[in-house]
Amino acid sequence: MNIIVCVKQVPDPEIPPSKFKIDPVTKKVIPPPGVPPVISVFDERAMEAACRIKDKHGGKITVISMGTGKVADVIKHSIAMGADEGFVIQDETFENLDSFGTAYVLSKAIQKIGAYDLVLCGRQAADWGAGQVGSILAEILGIPLVTFACDIIVEDKNVKVKRIVRDGYEILESPIPTLITVSSEIGLPRLPAGVRLMLASRKQIPIWKAKDIGIDRSELEKISGHIEITEVFIPTRKTECEMITGNTPAEAGVNLASKIANLI
Amino acid sequence: MNNHKGVFILGEILNGKLAPITIELLGIGRKLANELGEELSLLLIGSNLSDLSKEAIAFGANKVYVNEDPLFDNYNPDVFAQITTKLCQKILPSIILIGHTDIGADLAPRLNARLGGGLSMDCIDLSIDPQNKFLIMTRPIFGGNAYAKVISKTARPQMATIRPKVVPPAQRDSSREGQVIPLDEKIDSSLIKIKMIEKIKEEVEGVKLEEAEVVVSGGHGIGSAQNFEMLKELANILGGAVGATRRACDEGWVPVTLQIGQTGKVVSPKIYIAVALSGAMSHIVGCLGSKYIVAINKDPEANIFNVAHFGIVADYKEVLPALTAKLKELLSK
Repeated sequence: MNIIVCVKQVPDPEIPPSKFKIDPVTKKVIPPPGVPPVISVFDERAMEAACRIKDKHGGKITVISMGTGKVADVIKHSIAMGADEGFVIQDETFENLDSFGTAYVLSKAIQKIGAYDLVLCGRQAADWGAGQVGSILAEILGIPLVTFACDIIVEDKNVKVKRIVRDGYEILESPIPTLITVSSEIGLPRLPAGVRLMLASRKQIPIWKAKDIGIDRSELEKISGHIEITEVFIPTRKTECEMITGNTPAEAGVNLASKIANLI
Repeated sequence: MNNHKGVFILGEILNGKLAPITIELLGIGRKLANELGEELSLLLIGSNLSDLSKEAIAFGANKVYVNEDPLFDNYNPDVFAQITTKLCQKILPSIILIGHTDIGADLAPRLNARLGGGLSMDCIDLSIDPQNKFLIMTRPIFGGNAYAKVISKTARPQMATIRPKVVPPAQRDSSREGQVIPLDEKIDSSLIKIKMIEKIKEEVEGVKLEEAEVVVSGGHGIGSAQNFEMLKELANILGGAVGATRRACDEGWVPVTLQIGQTGKVVSPKIYIAVALSGAMSHIVGCLGSKYIVAINKDPEANIFNVAHFGIVADYKEVLPALTAKLKELLSK
């Protein structure tokens, strides 16, 4: 199985909400100092899905990431998980692209990589969470798409995808090649460790620029720019929390019970 | 862009009736259409659509397009995308509204990819800019830590998916008149690649999470599947349901259908009891609609205390048994 996985590097979403800051003028998020960015959680699950398929059926996993900054880190993380090789896709013309622009750039990189059976993406990015790149990418590549996968079963010419829905699951069948967006319900990802981690951290990850994947700046400008952000804000949430106490936690529990009983 | 006119809704059918989200979209759709001085239309795909079409008109649609075939009773992404795309390429709506549901969140990006519009998903608010008449779409970003207002300046259609229970439903008025337009386009079956094999329901017994008046929710601090039994007991005493954070579901301690949060269920009970969960925004956005939030966590710095109305800083294992026992006593009176 030839699998391509698209991953994104994002500011760490696990920081305490009180440390979350935005710049209303640039409409950008200000990452707290000293907190390194991480691989987007749903993309990490997509990598996990790819590794499980490779464990069972063999094959090759190629991971790609488009972004600014030390994007090689998420490629190395993915290689430490089980990807065979990876590429950073970085160019100043790739900054501030919307979902269409991003999908277009990724499609050109995939074109350069060549043949594939599966393309896996996270269902949405943990930062802006637009939730569209995978779908637009499938459309550009001209392959079928299944969203919100929590399990992928590879068969001869098809994949069976278990899709998470509100009250359970759906099983859908799609012919190979296909693009699948992966949801967190696939389960916990493997932790990069040991020799794999050490070797991955030493790898030199190639960077593909616009010219390396045949991207015309004017074409990119035509494709991107569908959505414009006019404002970014943090809503003010003010709740006064009444702390319930007692001589022991159990006593506090008893006191809380009276409060709750009054609310019902 | 100038030839795009009207507000268009992708309707959903649930248990043979217009889905509640569709009635909500008709509400906001009618409002937007009135502000623009344009028409509101709706597409229904499925079978036995004549009564549903009348309902949609009573709820405010000027036109209802119907694609009738029992084959379409179950959602197939390729079929629905084909039907919806063809229609939208013909009628060129300026705004498309879709529910952020299992169907909508799947179909909207496909439709947008084909139509080349500007799509914003998971919107909590929509309004029309009074000067340039653009649709202003407000949506959560960074797991709900912030919100963004976005517009599509030139790309048409402007598209938005909206969460259920965020906008008020339309008011029914049976004196309203409208047109029902049957669609008789043939499906190009060579373009249908996806097959729906099976649907598996995994509903937990008891009160439905999204309808519960009380939710007892557990996070990563619960520690094990066994420990969730304490939350079940409390929920039972209160006639409520159990929920969980993504991290608790990731561990496999509870079924993923209990997941509450940005990717999961959104609940708005009267009382939300958050047990051993830190209160990451990506979870909180799933329960902020609750009337009262009660937090039990041994970490006094946990973010949950910033959004809770009542709190106890303690190990939940020492609080819950006494809390449950006292409530049992008080509520039996």
